[in-house]
Amino acid sequence: MEAEVKDQLVSIEKPGLIAPPNWEPVIMGILCNWCSYAGSDLTGTSRIQYPPNIRIIRVPCSSRVDPWFLIKSLQTTADGVLVSGCHPGDCHYISGNYYARRRFLVTKKLLNFVGFHENRIQFSWVSAAEGPKFAKVVAKVTDDIKKLGPLHLYKKENFEKK
Amino acid sequence: MARVGVFVCFCGANIADYVDVPQVVEEVKRIRDVKYAIEYKYMCSDPGQGMIRDAIVQYKLTSIVVAACSPRMHEKTFRKALSDAGMNPYLLEVANIREHSSWVHQKDKKAATEKAMDLCRMAVAKSIANEQLHEISVPVTKRALVIGGGIAGIQAALDIADARIPVVLVEKSPSIGGKMAQLDETFPTLDCSQCILTPKMVDVASHPYIELIPYAEVLELQGFVGNYKVKIKKKASYVNFKTCTGCGACWQKCPVKVPNEYNMGIDKRKAIYTPFPQAVPNKPVIDAEHCTMLLKGKCGICAKVCLPGAIDYKMEDEIIEREIGAVVVATGYDMWDPKPYEEYGVGRFKDIITSLEFERMVSANGPTNGVPVRPSDGKVPKNVVFIKCIGSRDEAKGIEYCSKICCMYTTKHTILLHHKVHDSHSYVFYMDIRAAGKGYEEFVKKAQVDTGATYLRGRVSKIYKKGDKLMVRGEDAQIGQVVEVEADLVVLATAVIAPKDNPDLARLLGISYDKYGYLSEAHPKLRPVETAKAGIFLAGCTQAPKDIPDTVSQASACAAKVCGLFSGDTMKKDPMVSTISNEYCSGCQNCVKVCPYGAIVTDEVPVGHGSKELRTVAKINEGVCQGCGSCVAICRSMAITLAGFTDPQIINEIVSI
Repeated sequence: MEAEVKDQLVSIEKPGLIAPPNWEPVIMGILCNWCSYAGSDLTGTSRIQYPPNIRIIRVPCSSRVDPWFLIKSLQTTADGVLVSGCHPGDCHYISGNYYARRRFLVTKKLLNFVGFHENRIQFSWVSAAEGPKFAKVVAKVTDDIKKLGPLHLYKKENFEKK
Repeated sequence: MARVGVFVCFCGANIADYVDVPQVVEEVKRIRDVKYAIEYKYMCSDPGQGMIRDAIVQYKLTSIVVAACSPRMHEKTFRKALSDAGMNPYLLEVANIREHSSWVHQKDKKAATEKAMDLCRMAVAKSIANEQLHEISVPVTKRALVIGGGIAGIQAALDIADARIPVVLVEKSPSIGGKMAQLDETFPTLDCSQCILTPKMVDVASHPYIELIPYAEVLELQGFVGNYKVKIKKKASYVNFKTCTGCGACWQKCPVKVPNEYNMGIDKRKAIYTPFPQAVPNKPVIDAEHCTMLLKGKCGICAKVCLPGAIDYKMEDEIIEREIGAVVVATGYDMWDPKPYEEYGVGRFKDIITSLEFERMVSANGPTNGVPVRPSDGKVPKNVVFIKCIGSRDEAKGIEYCSKICCMYTTKHTILLHHKVHDSHSYVFYMDIRAAGKGYEEFVKKAQVDTGATYLRGRVSKIYKKGDKLMVRGEDAQIGQVVEVEADLVVLATAVIAPKDNPDLARLLGISYDKYGYLSEAHPKLRPVETAKAGIFLAGCTQAPKDIPDTVSQASACAAKVCGLFSGDTMKKDPMVSTISNEYCSGCQNCVKVCPYGAIVTDEVPVGHGSKELRTVAKINEGVCQGCGSCVAICRSMAITLAGFTDPQIINEIVSI
């Protein structure tokens, strides 16, 4: 039964696969200030190249990220979301990323249940010293989202038209 | 309606080469709320900042977006430009089009330009929701607490006190001095450790701005930066320090003998004792674990011989409370116990000792009056094998890191041995010689020539007994052969480890520690003396292994930080903190649980206007709040707002592109 439901849900994604030519996804990157944002800055200062699809939002800590932000992103502008924080144990705010980690697990399950492919929302831990890792993570997420195609089915305006 | 000014920077060629800056400006001008947009070569330069200042006045701008480098780089610079023009500095947003666009998409100018436009749109959208924020003023208690009375704590306390700021120095043992007081001479100059340390110890005791609390430990720390309250437990010393003259009659007559910690257990001390003759304060304490009077109620000799009548067997632990504004943690280090090296016969062979034991033996005030002897038979050793990296750089048995000081102190030991026993010979088994420091490499080179010590690169695999000698079997990797050395004495250069109480102390202070137990600094390079908790600083080996010059430098750096913190009567604090709306708060207290700083407490407010019935709500202490936003995301009534990162700001960013 569960498998059946899952199939149906995933099938909702399928119409989105008809991507227009030269389509490029938009990925919302929500990064914590102390590790991942600093890491992404290091990627820049090291001139490590990565796909230009990500749009970065700075938050103080990954624990500031409300699931609402993820849903809102997918509803409006983004085809995928990447949230990144400090490595477990390295949180600038002592324990924020542990709360974030739990919250994201639940959020991911919920969005999965609603019908989003699991690769639409991704989480990673990137430290301030991991410039190359940030580039790798962005490349992987971009690649994953490209495979999934555009997310216009979920866009708010589509709902409003219907 | 908002009037946003956008300033796009070329950053010389850094941005302009990969992003079409004029096109970005044209595109930005089409955003409804943007009233002014311009590009300039170096926005951070004085003319660039002047452009921002002029435009604010001329176009009556309500918020500013600077599209340039990372906000981590120049946010403060541009905020200052805003306040110079009479605008609230927090109405600034920085679009990071250098690190996040021009530098990382150098092969695709079109995509980089589009991304830069999007980043500008996001920043403009966010800036519209920016609010005027004002730095929070927090009153400051100008008194510092220093935990630990080793050289780090002593230096920090003296430097702070010299700036006429009162210091409370807490030391857990009966005397200050720490590990440095146990050393004989110090590398690379071979200064006598006591000669350079003890004057500082005396300075601490006599300084009008230092309150020395020896034989005590910190029990509790409450409050926030500038306004901490500390509870200190002063252990019962059973000696009234006010009347005691330190004459020494008591410890001469005391019949109980206990292994002497100061001399690494090589000789004995009494149950009433001062740790060493140069102790500060030079007053004895009674070791309650061994005193027969305290254990069994029989003896009382010390009280009989004490002429001033300073002995008080009924003394109890005392709790001292102090209000302080900042904390310097300088709890030092411990030496690793080499027990896991069973193949060396540690514990079985008496003539294997640790470096600190060797240090005590060769010390002029040591148990053997400065002559190294074999613990087994008391003979003076001729052939001494030093083995480095015992426990350090050893993932299997000890810890992964390099203890930093062992190479240098082992070199020093070969010299000391050579000085004390002229016909001796040193063998040093080493992995690498790490002599990075001022005068260190020269010291090692000179020692090798002067002492004629044999340096063998390789690990020791086994030590066994042959007659009354020890046979040390190891590898000389440079000739690729197994070597055996006949030794009278083996000295193990054991690793430096974090004090075992560090995790407990870290929890008590609310700071973090690493997997080894060392306390964590806020940033390994740029904030090496601060912790993530404002107003708590780290000095010395409590943060990582260090030699004395580094420890003293860090202690003085702590003092500078403390003095900076106390430079005004109030302290400025970043206004990006959380606030709670009482109307929306349901009192679920989830935020209380997630707050890592204990900044949220519960409060009682009337249910309605003028009502006598009360309900529980959460209340944030903005002095303690560090602005992580955990509470904002967990709040189900959306009652909490984090200034600078409000929901409208972030949602604006999300929907703007």
